[in-house]
Amino acid sequence: MAGMTLTEKILAKHAQRARVAPGDNIWVDIDVLMTHDVCGPGTIGVFHKQFGKNAKVWDRDKVVIIPDHYIFTADAMANRNVDVLRAFVKEQGLPHFYDVGTDRYKGVCHIALAEEGHTRPGELLLGTDSHTCNAGAFGEFATGIGNTDAGFVMGTGKLWLKTPPTMRFVFHGELPPWLMAKDMILSVIGDIGCDGATYKAMEFDGQGVFGLNMEERMTLCNMVIEAGGKNGVIAPDQVTLDYVNARNKSGKKYEVTQSDGDATFEFEKVYDLSQLKPVVAKPHSPDNKAFVDELVGTRLDRAYIGSCTGGKMTDFRAAARVLNGHTVKVDTFIVPATTEIAKNLKTETLDGKSLEQVFLNAGAKIGEASCAACLGGPGDTFGRLNAALRCISTTNRNFPGRMGHKEAEVFLASPLTVAASALNGSITDPREYFA
Amino acid sequence: MKLPEIIRGKVYVLGDNVDTDQIIPAQYLTFNPSIPEEYRQFGKYALIGVPASQGGLPKGHIPFHEAGDEFVSPYTIIVAGKNFGCGSSREHAPIALDAAGIKAVIAEFYARIFFRNAVNGGYLIPFETPARLIEKVCTGDVLRIELATSTMVNETTGEQFLLRSLGEVAPIIETGGLFPYAEKAGMFSPPSH
Ligand code: SF4
Repeated sequence: MAGMTLTEKILAKHAQRARVAPGDNIWVDIDVLMTHDVCGPGTIGVFHKQFGKNAKVWDRDKVVIIPDHYIFTADAMANRNVDVLRAFVKEQGLPHFYDVGTDRYKGVCHIALAEEGHTRPGELLLGTDSHTCNAGAFGEFATGIGNTDAGFVMGTGKLWLKTPPTMRFVFHGELPPWLMAKDMILSVIGDIGCDGATYKAMEFDGQGVFGLNMEERMTLCNMVIEAGGKNGVIAPDQVTLDYVNARNKSGKKYEVTQSDGDATFEFEKVYDLSQLKPVVAKPHSPDNKAFVDELVGTRLDRAYIGSCTGGKMTDFRAAARVLNGHTVKVDTFIVPATTEIAKNLKTETLDGKSLEQVFLNAGAKIGEASCAACLGGPGDTFGRLNAALRCISTTNRNFPGRMGHKEAEVFLASPLTVAASALNGSITDPREYFA
Repeated sequence: MKLPEIIRGKVYVLGDNVDTDQIIPAQYLTFNPSIPEEYRQFGKYALIGVPASQGGLPKGHIPFHEAGDEFVSPYTIIVAGKNFGCGSSREHAPIALDAAGIKAVIAEFYARIFFRNAVNGGYLIPFETPARLIEKVCTGDVLRIELATSTMVNETTGEQFLLRSLGEVAPIIETGGLFPYAEKAGMFSPPSH
């Protein structure tokens, strides 16, 4: 009997079965359910309707509520939705709530989950957000669900899932300093297409992956959904354990596991990082891949560095290295994913200046931790494309209208490429800054 | 949702990779679908993010709503290409189509979360077609879907097509969604009043 992949092992354990195979429909136990301000109110509505007005969530300690999408806006409906979350947290006595306007406020849910110790190897995490797959970086099964599913989980702690087959992506070699995890994942998405992994698990493997820090591993797993993937996963190693143990406040035990040597992968693709060049996704799809050197000189109106996939310390460190001592030629927006990252921008230094100072000196604008213009949002959202502008961005989606205006054009790229392009006002190869 | 035997109505045709930002753009997600009056609002904004040239193929530039009813569309069936509903996990997407009066979508295949939400929430029936129907069907044609045989007849042209059978999700669709299905499977018991 062949072995199981990491994804199959985690699912089997949560279904209390010895083994599962791709295609098996199983009922699984959920370790953590996350929801936010956009899908929380609908989820709470389903929960109350189905389980009754006085129902209690299945386990208060396993529900995590993180408002992050529409936060710094005057939009009354958006603010009403955060009130719906507040009322529910109070009614249920939920301990894991990161409320706006308090010290606990965090910002983008996926990074908040990791920073606040809600991600652990071997666990099963569901969230009402498609980028919940981000947490696969910690060697757990994590995927996005809708309101109905989440309402069901809230009441029962269970859900049926179909076991996905696993595709494996192996990266040999070491990442050169002008490339980042964003270049790796945009290459994969471009190669297999935005439906290339539909219903499938994507496991990342190889020296090139294990050489990445946790933030970069999150960037890889975050964007598996842009290839249609159900979950992304990376086997835990010492880097994972160091991060998790430093943040696992609850002290909850977890189980480290990996794919068996004889596991069956439905597909395998091998990359040599020494052959990779900086990559962008052109409008209007994350799989519309091009190499930066094919697009050099393309005029831009704006640059944006932020989101769960492009607004972490590693992203800002990279951007600061390029921007340091120069001035941007187009409007450049910096949005830290979380309040912890925002604080670190003030304390971490480069050539004696804080990263925040580097950005301000370069002429960039810095917003508050949240999803901000990554998904457009209300008209007054920081950095939103309110006209048919051309923007280069470290975010994860560039479908029509994603960052605001339907006719706007968004190019996705690494923070190095975005920073270099901001300095020229046109798409620029970051290798110019590594001479 | 009680399963009908036949779904019949005018079809609205879309292309490949119609993502959730096109089905219901982010600025309308502030409505709460569990409040009926707000649920209705989603119908008004359904498909508002589709670029004009891609709306109502093959010609394009055909509005999804007609003068006289800003909430419910005159179309009841959508035919689309590959990867329908890709992008975000927002259940607002199948909700918006349901609120606009869409009973069924026929696509080559779906993004996983959209498919799951459509089925588990019981909003509409997501059929899959082995043939690329967006080149065979024009916006405004009258289609008839017969559920028992998984066939679709284009009444306007007389052509007939076999759809994929609903397969393993048929029991969920037949019971009306995740909650009634789970109740049958003994995984959920509704509160007694
Ligand atoms: S930052 Fe963007 S991709 Fe990430 S959770 Fe927020 S809206 Fe979604």
